[in-house]
Amino acid sequence: MIISVASGKGGTGKTTISTNLALSIDRRAKLLDCDVEEPNAHLFIKPEINENEIVYTMIPEIDETRCDGCRKCAEICRFNALTVVGKKVIVFPELCHSCGGCIVVCPENAVGEGSRELGVIETGTKDKLTFIQGTMRIGEAMSPPLIRKVRSKIEENDLAIIDAPPGTSCPVITAMKDTDFVLLVTEPTPFGLHDLKLAAEAVKVLDIPCGIVINRSDIGDRTVQGYAAQKNIPILLEIPFDRRIAETYSRGRLLIEDFPTWRHAFEMLYRDILEIIESNQVTQ
Amino acid sequence: MKELVIISGKGGTGKTSITAAFASMASNCVLCDSDVDAADLHLLMNPHPYSTNDFIGGSIAVIRQDDCSGCATCLELCRFDAISDTFEIDPVSCEGCGVCVDFCPEKAIDFPKQKCGQWFLSESRMGPMVHARLGIAEENSGKLVSVIRQQARMVAEQQDRDLIITDGPPGVGCPVIASITGATALLIVVEPSLSSLHDMRRVAELGDHFKIPQMLCINKYDINQEISAAIKLEAEQRNIDVVGFIPFDPVFTHSMVAGQNIVEYGKSPRLVEVLSSIWEKIIKSKQMHTDRSSVIPIISTKQ
Repeated sequence: MIISVASGKGGTGKTTISTNLALSIDRRAKLLDCDVEEPNAHLFIKPEINENEIVYTMIPEIDETRCDGCRKCAEICRFNALTVVGKKVIVFPELCHSCGGCIVVCPENAVGEGSRELGVIETGTKDKLTFIQGTMRIGEAMSPPLIRKVRSKIEENDLAIIDAPPGTSCPVITAMKDTDFVLLVTEPTPFGLHDLKLAAEAVKVLDIPCGIVINRSDIGDRTVQGYAAQKNIPILLEIPFDRRIAETYSRGRLLIEDFPTWRHAFEMLYRDILEIIESNQVTQ
Repeated sequence: MKELVIISGKGGTGKTSITAAFASMASNCVLCDSDVDAADLHLLMNPHPYSTNDFIGGSIAVIRQDDCSGCATCLELCRFDAISDTFEIDPVSCEGCGVCVDFCPEKAIDFPKQKCGQWFLSESRMGPMVHARLGIAEENSGKLVSVIRQQARMVAEQQDRDLIITDGPPGVGCPVIASITGATALLIVVEPSLSSLHDMRRVAELGDHFKIPQMLCINKYDINQEISAAIKLEAEQRNIDVVGFIPFDPVFTHSMVAGQNIVEYGKSPRLVEVLSSIWEKIIKSKQMHTDRSSVIPIISTKQ
């Protein structure tokens, strides 16, 4: 079972929710930080990292002894990652999407598989939790390939929680796709509501059940609650603004560490999510 | 013409609220919202579009079932698991590489171009604004960012405006790279948390990678003064000028609910004073006056 935690707007509390949830569940679980551009969950989990793997994506590598400069590779590439100057093929690694078209099209078998570094995947543990995070290499533009590689660490029958990146485009879709439930974290402000709507529409495209967490639930207005009621999306947790919570967060500490009474709320959140997933499976 | 891009690494540190405040203080600027994924600046500026344009991103493959012989060549070639056993293509997974289209022996795969969003040229009460809306679950956000930054430059040239203020996206990936390449300077908005400090390091590294001068301000600095001091120290070590400290104030949220920036809202002269002094420092900074004529213009990060 996979629960993804997403938001649309950044800074609403995805990491707060995913880390506290992961450590409130009293069973073996995996937490995957798929916000590979800015992974923060490790600051709160403080896991013992015991594996460190640099991951790559495939890019073309030209065997110049075979290449006759026919340009077929450059012509087929939709991403302008190859160009031919004179008879010489030049590869722009950062533009390549690793589709392999150039390899298939080359009549001389002159295009082989090279690699571009995407970033690092680290694996560690904290109590019963297995922690996995991807960190994208600075200068790398595409996060979905690394997110896919982080997600490949989920095994069958795992209980996994995914801390997704912000936004509504390809990175967050890659993180939410084929998960069993999406928890949408928002704040009750015009920005929070606007981006929640976008995120909820993305979840609808993927046809995944979802619920809402309202963080700093008393700082703005009540329009998020109105939207949730109108769209029939359950509000599963509200966390009011408290300067002490903000301070706890700022220090990289968990809510359930400094305010143990919150642990129960996260246990309930998990139970509610389970119930929704089960009833959804029944109706399907 | 100069362009200041406001970024943060971590989301939710206050980029948009601060950009909107600067819009009141700058004379003769063009506003640009390059957070096309989750654009919010329009909620404060209430811009009126005078030109609405479709953004055509990449193409998506579609198999014509009637012409498909079921040979499975496409299935073998697709590296994105986008094609099902029944030869249907999942548009969300399709990368738009066209490999299946090119190698289908029956030529049974179409490759229609996709409308991935819209971009707008608008008038706002603070002057011209260029913004966009990426379609839900669409790709090519970097390409759309490049389009609207180019449009912002054209508007600035046409209207003889010498400054573009760009509200950037969070992160360090494709849309951020497309937002900062060729900019005059960056303002990094940080909040005093370990997360924000961690993310600031990465975004500053990205700025260094593209050799763009950087400044930094700390928002809600009084939530944790110790970490604010650590951020200041780190910035100094990186040769990033700290241009100001903004106190935590719920008035930011109240003004947002009212659909106004902090200057118009007018309930906190203290905050306005802090932000004015930050703006003065930015405008007079050496970062905004470095000669970047040798720098390559906006590149299109095709994704």
